[in-house]
Amino acid sequence: MNWQPIILTLELAAITTALLLLVSIPLANWLAYSKSKFKPIVEALVSMPLVLPPTVLGFYLLIAFSPNNAVGEWLEQTLGLKLIFSFEGLVFASMIYSLPFMVQPIQAGLSALPLNMKESSYVLGYSKLNTLFKVLLPNIKASLLSGIVLAFAHTIGEFGVVLMIGGNIPGVTKVASIAIYDEVESLNYSAANQYAIVLLLITFSILVTVYIINHKNKERHS
Amino acid sequence: MIELAVKKALLSHQGQMMLDVKLSINKGEFIVIGGKSGAGKTSLLRMLAGLLTPDSGSIKVEGETWFDSNTNLKPQLRQLGFVFQDFALFPNMTVKQNLEYAFKKGRATNIIAELIEMMELGELSHRKPETLSGGQKQRVALARSLVQKPQILLLDEPLSALDPEIRAKLQNYLSQVHKEFNLTTIMVSHDITETIKLADSMVELEQGRVVRKGTPTELFGGSQLSGKFQFTGIVLSIEPQDFLNILSLVVGKEIVRVVIDETEAKKLSPGDKVIVASKAFNPIIKKL
Repeated sequence: MNWQPIILTLELAAITTALLLLVSIPLANWLAYSKSKFKPIVEALVSMPLVLPPTVLGFYLLIAFSPNNAVGEWLEQTLGLKLIFSFEGLVFASMIYSLPFMVQPIQAGLSALPLNMKESSYVLGYSKLNTLFKVLLPNIKASLLSGIVLAFAHTIGEFGVVLMIGGNIPGVTKVASIAIYDEVESLNYSAANQYAIVLLLITFSILVTVYIINHKNKERHS
Repeated sequence: MIELAVKKALLSHQGQMMLDVKLSINKGEFIVIGGKSGAGKTSLLRMLAGLLTPDSGSIKVEGETWFDSNTNLKPQLRQLGFVFQDFALFPNMTVKQNLEYAFKKGRATNIIAELIEMMELGELSHRKPETLSGGQKQRVALARSLVQKPQILLLDEPLSALDPEIRAKLQNYLSQVHKEFNLTTIMVSHDITETIKLADSMVELEQGRVVRKGTPTELFGGSQLSGKFQFTGIVLSIEPQDFLNILSLVVGKEIVRVVIDETEAKKLSPGDKVIVASKAFNPIIKKL
């Protein structure tokens, strides 16, 4: 069996999750506390990938990043970034695709904290940023964990976006889900089955681990 | 000296309300802010702390402007301690870490040890807040608010969630720290005994305005009465008996029965708050 698509999938999921965490913490923090009138619009945008067919997202990213278009041309000439049919492009698309899975648990966790918690930190002289990292985030570990796991698992499971924007280049964009599709198309059912079983086991064990940790946390708190 | 004159439109349970308060509080004073819930007491504390911005007015502390039309000092820069009604301890830190979080470099280094001893927190210092009782949490919250040795201490109904015995003990702590730390203390409280025990002066808010001001005994004493003994109680029941009425009252934790005449009885109904006074010419006194 060729493990390359599996390894590529895990790499993609790990990098996507790490970058997504960096982006989602400030975004979720803003969404949790902002009273801006633009908030519903931002919330809707963040949640779009939940309801849109991945092909729609992939299609527009493909159009936007095509070197024939202004955005794609600018990216390629100024930053040297080619986002279609490349691993970087997959990471970017996966981040958008998994954004709600990371942002929503963190936002919910922050909103559920009592308002007095951050205010008492302000009164003690701590800035908003310090309060976020020293008080707020350490108290929503469970939410952070579910965000990380859901984003990771969801990235493993993506197919439509990858197919649209990444194609099927071995070692670059041929992730496990694409490999399965590929093998089935060439009537190679046993190879498809091998990839499928591995994905099934990985995602199942990730989710079981998370539920075990969550239950242990609950027991500790009750 | 704290000079405060603030206005802010607030949304309370009864709808829109205009908070409009002028107050000056002397250095070293212990002042209680009373009034029904929704009267604007907590909002007033939050404005002093910089957690809520007034629509207009000014706040000056020891001559320094904390708030006016040009200035709005951040809560981080206002030197005060704030004890919240729900304690607001940080669940991810132990008792000691909660105190250490408040510690700023360059301050007296033994302050944490001092506070741990004063508030009798030694045995609790490695426990997480979730394992503490309400009274213990409140002691930690009080200690944490004092680590930076503020000159002003704001207390938002700090004892309302506690049972009476622990309340009494914490009142002693409050009175002790108020003196030892030379604090100007501003406390929101509903409790009359607490106010009489602790406060030098009190103001009562109603619908966002100061309606009464004075020393606790002036306000609660009912100085028009000549009785030497007086207690406040809640009417439990009124039972007519022949031409008299038996009134059952809760005073403190005791139930007391007193006799009143019919015209008085008609004015009262269960749940009313009353003052019971008696002239002190023939009391029964027994040493305990």
